[in-house]
Amino acid sequence: MEEQRKHNDGKNKYSIIVPTYNERLNIALLVYLVFKHLPDVDFEMIIVDDGSPDGTQDVVKKLQEVYGEDRILLRARPKKLGLGTAYVHGLKHCSGNYVVIMDADLSHHPKYLPSFIKKQMETGASIVTGTRYVKGGGVHGWTLMRKLTSRGANVLAQTLLWPGVSDLTGSFRLYRKSVLEDVISSCVSKGYVFQMEMIVRASRKGYHIEEVPITFVDRVYGTSKLGGSEIVEYLKGLMYLLVTT
Amino acid sequence: MKHIVKIMTLLVAISAFWMSLLQTSLIPRSYTWLLPLYFIVSLGCYGLLMVGVGLMQFPTCPQEAVLLQQDIKEAKVFLEQKGIDVSSD
Repeated sequence: MEEQRKHNDGKNKYSIIVPTYNERLNIALLVYLVFKHLPDVDFEMIIVDDGSPDGTQDVVKKLQEVYGEDRILLRARPKKLGLGTAYVHGLKHCSGNYVVIMDADLSHHPKYLPSFIKKQMETGASIVTGTRYVKGGGVHGWTLMRKLTSRGANVLAQTLLWPGVSDLTGSFRLYRKSVLEDVISSCVSKGYVFQMEMIVRASRKGYHIEEVPITFVDRVYGTSKLGGSEIVEYLKGLMYLLVTT
Repeated sequence: MKHIVKIMTLLVAISAFWMSLLQTSLIPRSYTWLLPLYFIVSLGCYGLLMVGVGLMQFPTCPQEAVLLQQDIKEAKVFLEQKGIDVSSD
């Protein structure tokens, strides 16, 4: 706490890391909405694009002209290298003392950013994570099957891991920068199991974690990158977390 | 303490309790032998109940989809003005 104050006179800066792949349209919409909802906040957006072939980076460069290169940082990578490493890469370029991670596809709405910030300031938490599963939060566009698997997965994870948060696979989170650096260095999983590993490890390390309700509207544009043998991956991930955390 | 150690300790404690029940015959032996089975079945039922209840109470937000569409329209107007291509594929 003291260190922080000496460093930036008690003023907070938020670095928002957004990994992208083929989000040409969504990223422009997202940037507009972030700027709309954080008018009096010192922040920057760090867009980690994994060599999107659809021109996402060109759109980001145009956005830089509109909003300023100091507010929108494009830190691209040559190809798809995974979510975890995208965060690590983004972290290297963060100048803020708080880091927000969120998806580019508008399933995470920037209008919740003020509530994350407020919750953190009120409670002094190290991590504020968005949860879709409590009153005030919610989802839209999910089939019954998806809700069933989500709920089943959640109950299983709660029983086995006692994580202390209601939404384990969520990826809309605010971290104190030092905490994110600490937790991310000990995580090895891929995909959404990575998000689970992050929050479980943080919980085990005793970091103060708070939750805020968020709504999650399934992606509007583009194709979802979920698919395949998720269930097997998930169970393997759970077992791994059970034994190693 | 690692989480798995906590769980193992809990299981060991429960097993020890169960074995002491077997030894001291507070409950007739025939029932005691079945206790672990009852425990596992109850755990399973509890899990299913939680899934069912959670499914029924799953919070949904149809109005958010509408709001999002409005946000998108507003964003597109602004972005088009600034010369950013916002046509969908």
